[in-house]
Parts: sequence; C-alpha cells; structure tokens
Amino acid sequence: MAYLDVRAVEKSFVTPRGVTRVLGGASLTLDEGEFVAIVGYSGSGKTTLISLIAGLLVPDAGEIVLDGEPVTAPGPDRGIVFQQYSLLPWMTVRDNVALAVDAVDAALSAAERRRRTDEFVSLVGLTAAAGQRPRELSGGMRQRVAVARGLAMRPKVLLMDEPFSALDALTRARLQDELLGIWTTCRTTVVLVTNDVDEAILLADRIYPMTPGPSAVLGPPIEVGLPRPRERRHMSLAPPYQKVRQAIVEFLRACRRVS
Amino acid sequence: MRRVVLPLLGLALVLAVWTALSQTVATDLPSPAKTWAESRRYVLQPFFKDGEMNQGIGRLAFYSLLRVGKGYLLALLIGTPIGFMLGLSRKFYETFDPIIQFLRPISPLAWLPLGLVIFRQSEPAAVFTIALCAMWPTVINTAVGVRSISQDYLNVGRVLRLSRFRMLTKIIVPASLPYVFTGYRLSLGLAWLVIVASEMLTGTPGVGGFLWQEYNSLVYSHIILSVITIGAIGFLLDRLMGLIEARLKAV
Repeated sequence: MAYLDVRAVEKSFVTPRGVTRVLGGASLTLDEGEFVAIVGYSGSGKTTLISLIAGLLVPDAGEIVLDGEPVTAPGPDRGIVFQQYSLLPWMTVRDNVALAVDAVDAALSAAERRRRTDEFVSLVGLTAAAGQRPRELSGGMRQRVAVARGLAMRPKVLLMDEPFSALDALTRARLQDELLGIWTTCRTTVVLVTNDVDEAILLADRIYPMTPGPSAVLGPPIEVGLPRPRERRHMSLAPPYQKVRQAIVEFLRACRRVS
Repeated sequence: MRRVVLPLLGLALVLAVWTALSQTVATDLPSPAKTWAESRRYVLQPFFKDGEMNQGIGRLAFYSLLRVGKGYLLALLIGTPIGFMLGLSRKFYETFDPIIQFLRPISPLAWLPLGLVIFRQSEPAAVFTIALCAMWPTVINTAVGVRSISQDYLNVGRVLRLSRFRMLTKIIVPASLPYVFTGYRLSLGLAWLVIVASEMLTGTPGVGGFLWQEYNSLVYSHIILSVITIGAIGFLLDRLMGLIEARLKAV
C-alpha cells in the first residue's frame, strides 16, 4: 500500500452562481521519500487538492490515507507551505519557526526546542535574519521562513502550494535550487503543486498533470527519470528532460482542446 | 513655517470673532481678555485648593481624569472579553448582538439616573455611566477584528493543532490587536465626552462639575475656561492613543 494514497476525491463549492465541482475524482499515490509534483493551469483545483490532503477541507467523496491513517483533520504530520507564505507578521523569523517546533516537540526541554528552531532557521540560511519580522524581509526570504516552518513540523509529507509563484524569476530559480539542495539532504516526502512545468521537472521524481477544471482529475503520472543530484544548467539539454516536458505539455494541451 | 503660521492665524481669527461677539450680539459672553483675567489664577496656580468646588484647573482636571480612568478601565475590562466572544462564537453573537445594537445608542444622560438608583452614590454612578457608554467601540471593534483575521493565519494554527489557549494567545489576540486598539482609542474619546455630563448631573468635583457650578454662580468666564480645558485634555488623550496605536500597527 502506498504511503500517501489519495483515492478519487471529489469536492464541490457552493457559489452565488450555483455549485461548482472543482475536483471530479482525483487520485494519486506517493511512496515514502518521494517527491511528487502536480502541474496544471491556474484555477484548475490544485490548491483545493492540497487543502484536502492537509485536512483543511473535507472531500465530498473519496478518501485520503497517509501511512495507514485516514485523513480527517489538519495536523502537523502534513506540514504545509502556503502560496501566500502565511507567516505571522507579529512574530520574528525565529518565533514563526519556533511556533511549529513548540507544537510538534512539546515534550522536549525549552533549550532543546530552541536548538532545533535555530537548526531549521540555519537550514534555510536565515540565521542572520532570525530576529527580524516578515515585513522586513524580501519575498524570497519570507518563503524560506515558510519552508523552514513546514520542515520544522517534521511532517510525514510536506505539502507545497505554488510556493514560488509570487517571486520574480531570478529569486524563484534560486529558491528552487535551494529546495533541491535541502531535499537532497533531508529526503522528506513532498507534494509540490505548481503551474511551472520546468520547476516540476527540476524537483520531482514523478509528475501528475491536472486537467483544467471544473471536475478536474489527475492524469497518469509521468516519471521524470533524471538522475540525482540534479543541476539546473545541465538538465534542460538532457533528452529525458525534453521528453518529459513534451509529454506534460501535450497532455495539458489535449485536455484544454477537449474541454 | 506654514505649519506654525496657519494654525496661529486660525486661532487669531477665532479670538477675533469671539471678541466681536462678546461686544455686540452676546454681551453676557466674556471676551477673551476678560476670560483670561478671571481665570489666570486657576491656570497659573493649577493646584490651589480653596474649597471643594474652588480649586485650580489642574486639580479639577486630575479629578476628572481619575474618574474617566476608572470608568474607561472598567469599560475595557468588560468590553474586550465581550468583543472577543462576539467575534469567536457565532451563537454568542446571535444571542447578544441585538441587545448590544439596542443598548449602544442610549445617551449617558439616560444611564446616569439609573446608576444613581443602583449605587445610591454619585461617584460609582458616574464611573458606571462612563463605563457603560464608553465600552461599545471596544466591543464592536474587537468583534470585527476577530472576525476579519485572515483564514491563512487560522489555518497555520489548525495545521499545528494548537490548543485553544495557544490559538488565542499566539494567533487570535495578536492578529486582532490593531482593531482592538482602534476600539480603545474611540472608547477613550467617548469616556472623556461622558465625563462632563456625568459630573454636571452628580455635582462631583471635576472639570464638568466646576463648569456647571460656575454657570449657577454666574461666573461665565470659568465656563469658557472649563470648555477649553476639556478640549485640550481630549485632544492630548487622542494624540497619546494615536501614538500607541501607530506603534502597534507598525508591527
């Protein structure tokens, strides 16, 4: 049985203009230590799917099982990095991360929790900015704090909802490289949602394309199959890269033509 | 330069109109010069005390501030938790919101006699009136602040499975603090507004009580002295709260 098993989840929302069926039976499976990306157009229901896995929303049909336990409510075993960072602006960088450490490692001594907090802050290279508040930081630094907080939950699976979409292209590339580096060392299980095909190929082991909504479903997964450790500058020339890219783009285009 | 000259010009204009009025239409109105002449002792020796109702303006203002302080503190102590409850619980809101909307517009003058009936003494009655009138902005702003907390912040707390207490202290209170403080500022303004009415009706020593007594003794210049004092203190209080609020919002 898969580590994370999302089975045919459906979700509809009631809007003033009637009921919108956002997800029409999306399924995906994930093994422990795997990095999976979900790629799709904006507004196709990717955030809804992530919120369902996080337990922030409850599916209308289908079920989600993580490590043998059905998902019924949010919890730190599904750490999440939100699209809009969602850092608490009244707390410093360290306190934002400490909030997660204190919640997850409540049994540890204060000194030990503090040490762990500093560890996660340093993992994303923000030790120098630990005492600053989010508004004093650049977008890239803020998203690093959010990643540190997500990892500090020491989740079974880390959910990332378009984490870099609000950043400029250069910062975005740098953060992708950093995430690649961090993931190589800690090998957390990750579900990354993105609308950037290249980002997905650079980072993920497998990619699920999502059909444009309404009633979005996930297409058959595409194995990336590029050797790790990966590096951006060699990759785009590699034949597997071009093959994967073409497969995803064609799938998404075909869906659009049909709908 | 302009920032100093223009307000001074405005002041001079008002004084000119005041003088003109006192010499033409309203001859009972003391002119600025007369007001100053009759009030200078109260201003220059603000802390003298000749009797219960004949004291320097500093002393009177101190009594009033003390009274407002008590009523205001009471308003915050009652109003803040009610505001949080209204914002947090749909049921609490549906139960009490109609009553609050109903009580809110009632004038301090209406509450005061009731306070006198309940407490049988003027001092607690005045404090009761101030508290009852001043707490509404705190109640309403706190409730609005809690209800407008971004879902993202609440989701962070839900994902971390924070306890109710930590959710409150780490997320809900700090996130709504700017709104709460706007409520506090408006409440202080109201509390100061109510002081005059409550002191007039109870005859307690203070700026408002003094104003009413001097009206009855036909010393009109002291009415103007009181009015100016009330305005000055109200202005200072608002500025002070504005500074604290700006600091909080900067976070």
